[in-house]
Amino acid sequence: MSFRKTLTMAALAGVVGAGALAPAPAQAQENGQYMPQMVYRTGPYAPNGIPLANGEGDYLRLLNERDGGINGVPILIEECETAYNTDRGVECYEKMKNGGPTGAAQFSPYSTGITYALIERATADQIPIFSMGYGRADASYGKVFEYVFTAPATYWAGADAAIQYIKAEEGGDLSGKKIALVYHDSAYGKEPIATLEHLAGQEGYNLSLFPVPHPGLEQKSTWLKIGRQVRPDWVIMWGWGVMNQTAIKEAAAVGFPMERFIGNWWAGAEPDVRPAGESAIGYKALQFHGVAHDLKVHQDMKTHLYANGKGLADDESQVGEVLYNRGIVNAVISTEAVRTAMDHFGNKPMTGEQVQWGFENLNLTAERLEALGLTGLMSPLSLSCADHEGGGQARIVQWDGEDWRPASDWIVPNRAGFLSEAYEASAMQYANEKGLTPRDCN
Amino acid sequence: MIYREAGQFKTSYARDGGLYPIRQDRYGLIVLLLVAVFAVPMMSEYWLVTIFLPFLVMAVAALGLNILTGYAGQLSLGTGGFMACGAYAAYKLATAFPDLNIVLVFLGAGLVSALVGILFGIPSLRIKGFYLAVATLAAQFFILWLLNKVPWFVNYSPSGVISAPPRAIFGDIYVTGATATPEAKYLFALAVAALLALAAKNLTRCAIGRSWMAIRDMDIAAEIIGIKPMATKLGAFAISSFYCGIAGAMWAFIYTSSVEANAFEISRSFQVLFMVIIGGLGSILGSFLGAAFIVLLPILLKNAPEMVGLSIPVDVIAHIEFMIFGALIIFFLIVEPHGLARLWQIGKEKLRLWPFPY
Repeated sequence: MSFRKTLTMAALAGVVGAGALAPAPAQAQENGQYMPQMVYRTGPYAPNGIPLANGEGDYLRLLNERDGGINGVPILIEECETAYNTDRGVECYEKMKNGGPTGAAQFSPYSTGITYALIERATADQIPIFSMGYGRADASYGKVFEYVFTAPATYWAGADAAIQYIKAEEGGDLSGKKIALVYHDSAYGKEPIATLEHLAGQEGYNLSLFPVPHPGLEQKSTWLKIGRQVRPDWVIMWGWGVMNQTAIKEAAAVGFPMERFIGNWWAGAEPDVRPAGESAIGYKALQFHGVAHDLKVHQDMKTHLYANGKGLADDESQVGEVLYNRGIVNAVISTEAVRTAMDHFGNKPMTGEQVQWGFENLNLTAERLEALGLTGLMSPLSLSCADHEGGGQARIVQWDGEDWRPASDWIVPNRAGFLSEAYEASAMQYANEKGLTPRDCN
Repeated sequence: MIYREAGQFKTSYARDGGLYPIRQDRYGLIVLLLVAVFAVPMMSEYWLVTIFLPFLVMAVAALGLNILTGYAGQLSLGTGGFMACGAYAAYKLATAFPDLNIVLVFLGAGLVSALVGILFGIPSLRIKGFYLAVATLAAQFFILWLLNKVPWFVNYSPSGVISAPPRAIFGDIYVTGATATPEAKYLFALAVAALLALAAKNLTRCAIGRSWMAIRDMDIAAEIIGIKPMATKLGAFAISSFYCGIAGAMWAFIYTSSVEANAFEISRSFQVLFMVIIGGLGSILGSFLGAAFIVLLPILLKNAPEMVGLSIPVDVIAHIEFMIFGALIIFFLIVEPHGLARLWQIGKEKLRLWPFPY
């Protein structure tokens, strides 16, 4: 290549580059509610990220197709790929926050790391962050975390629900029992430890901790220790991605009974158990939503989207998988928050500040869930200024080799007992470090 | 013709030894700095926060590694660890002494990282090349493990995530935290990066830098002519880690404003190493070019299809982006193994002769 050619190409690349770096304006539609989606359809966690993104995206499309949007305001949908990477997530946020006529309604980062990175930015920009079942547990304390929502349940509430389940299975007495926590050695995996330790003091069980370094492919020694030396009565797992299937296989290899092995909600989907094959039968998982395939919402997806070739999933059979359903639940809560805001402020595109009001006044009653065709998938929720968790419930489900089956009734986490205090204490520590004054919620 | 220095007479030794002996370079740099200080902050928040901030932060990290690997010839894979060290040291300093100015916090973070760097540089006295790379890998894993393990480093936060407290540089001009404007953050990062780059440029031209290069080119010969290998190598480790520590503190305080140790895992070290290799080993400019290439190109590739009006699903874009990015790295390394900085140098030579090449 001659030098002149190189120069020309470099100049051209520079010009194209300068243009391409600028954020693209969201689909130029005059009137619509801009609902950006952060997705991870690539990268190491893509098997989990794809059904999540499909469920959320399909529900938003369903509202557009079936009802013409939220209260008649069409939804403008845009995806941004984060690859579960914090820097990319921040880039997506900055790119999309001013999209549409009124800016982003809310963000669901689907990653604890991105959530942490966005809390301050979003609070300053007045855009709600909806971290459903991940992120900061203490963000449930709305007096400090004004723009962060954790409904329907946090990791701390989940850990409490798991212990409640184990206690019921053990006949109401945990003293002297041994419980092991196998966790992803990261901010995410460490979340339940404080709660489990607190409960250990209260209930009298012995807790042993087994950190698994990222990505979790090497767990032989961990499980040999669990299976041969510690021999716990129950194992709880806070795992993610490829770590889950590895753990199930290793647990089976040391003969640990699957009925006494409970994964949390990021360790309890089809991609986690299917690769482990037969050995995964009986494995339990904690969920903050139910398992269901053929509710009205699923039927509507099939008739309105998949019959016309508009669905996001490759195959109709993926509608109703655990993570797909979680995507639906995420979209339901965020769109209902927007609807609540519209009922108050008028049927026009809402700003982030108005959606924040919508979240805080969101009341998803059993009747409302029935009308949305979601009975059995979600428990009722009611959020407020001080409580950003909304009193969601959790349940244990079990894998039978083909499908997930409910293995317990809905469990109410013991928020009044100690969780609310723990949220407040932790949130106040954050407020002190940041020099924030908690707002008044009366 | 454009770069011809005919007619530029150097009438004193000081001018002959100046940083930028050619007038075009000097004016070019001044124009660049003026643009960076006055024009860039006019751009949108998106540009400042997601393009210029990570670029400046990673450029400082690349400067640090370039001092160690490019100038002193000590291959290191511990950059991520040293960055983490700086980020956590800055956090501990800022929370323990709330009244400490942010500049002092950053300097303190750099010094702590420098000490840790010296510690992990000790093996370099005995081993070199790939073996040293493996030894510095130990720093990478050990530091992250320690930060994950000991809750004191994160002020006993249950999740192990640190988040930067708001701090002002003077008066009420906040450069970290939620109230800091993107412009203030950018200008602060720019000032830090520019000062550190100037310092690095001067370091490499003085006795210290020359002894680094002597050690790099042949350590036995260097020792024979009187350069102390221990002081030189450990000095390189200290200064390199100082830079990396400040980059880590900038990452945690200015860019993402909250960070967990995993943000500095091994892939970060490789990222910085690629910047140095692609930008040019042993070149200050190369550190910036490499950082620009590695940080900005993926963002460009990601947004390019949208700009030309193609609507491609995001996952397909992500896959294409990886393919193009990989191909470009290989292309540049084949076309110019000495990095982008060398490409620029060749360009300057050509421009000097243009339009009458021989």
